[in-house]
Amino acid sequence: MDADEEDAVALREVAWACLSLGAAVGVFAVAFGVGAVSAGGSVAMACVMSLFVFTGASQFSAVSVVATGGSAGAALGSAMLLAARNTVYGLTLSKVITGSLARRLVAAQLVIDESTAMATAQEHPRAQRAAFWLTGGSIFVCWNLGTLVGALAGEAINPLTFGLDAAFPAGFVAMVAPHLRHRLGLEAGILGGLICLVLIPFTPVGVPILCSTAAVLIGIPARNADEAEAMPGTAGVP
Amino acid sequence: MLTWGLVLLLGLGAYICKVTGLVVIGSRRLPPVVERCLALVPAALITALIVKDTFSTGQDLVLDARAAGVAAAALAAWRRAPVIVVIVLGVAVTALVRQVSGGA
Repeated sequence: MDADEEDAVALREVAWACLSLGAAVGVFAVAFGVGAVSAGGSVAMACVMSLFVFTGASQFSAVSVVATGGSAGAALGSAMLLAARNTVYGLTLSKVITGSLARRLVAAQLVIDESTAMATAQEHPRAQRAAFWLTGGSIFVCWNLGTLVGALAGEAINPLTFGLDAAFPAGFVAMVAPHLRHRLGLEAGILGGLICLVLIPFTPVGVPILCSTAAVLIGIPARNADEAEAMPGTAGVP
Repeated sequence: MLTWGLVLLLGLGAYICKVTGLVVIGSRRLPPVVERCLALVPAALITALIVKDTFSTGQDLVLDARAAGVAAAALAAWRRAPVIVVIVLGVAVTALVRQVSGGA
């Protein structure tokens, strides 16, 4: 095999990985669509949210807070705290995603957990670029189709009967699992969960979620710098 | 209640976050301590969301069918089951326990 052929094989493998990741994300999207409608949103609202917000954890968080009676401010606050990590992803990807301003402005919308992880997992710039666009593109399509399917289904059934109120926490469990597989993430998770549990009876809905982010302050001591290298979503993504 | 205002504000805010990193700041770096703390946000905040969605109704702490469903989902995620298994298991166990116990 010459270098070009090897390149083509490697790119094909990357393409498969990216496309199957898109399909897996579609499952989350269906759960999101159901939840958004259950939270008093219309099908159109759920779909517009997936098109324009397009960062899963933030969307889930915002809907989860308003669904249980939290204020729009608390919903927006927690969702924006989660969206802030996309800024760090953008920094990491800025070496990979080059070209005209218009191209980079389009690329920005696709800067999410999965596209960053897939791009930074590749060795060569060409494969990194391909992985970014393929993952971002396939997830964009699957995320929006899944949202539409979930929202339409959510309108048709009674979510409580089917246990669909557990779809959100179960989805969150799947989402958070990789973040809890290293010591620092696990500590932040336990602390965040405890802060929330303690505050629930005493503060308005949504406030415990905002306060739980104080747990990230355990990342400040410099002795945690090495640990951070291994965290998902940072420069050291596997 | 989900509103158009929230949907559009969040869309704008999320895009600003993405563009700030990729286009505005570009290849310059944030202080490592800031990147480290931001990387911990999902662990802290999503775990808090799990606690809220599992153990509370409004401002009341409750223990109901959802706890069983989420425990099953957590076990599946810990055993590295695919996302669809984690979610479907959580939903199915919740529905089952709710049916058996006869409450909503």
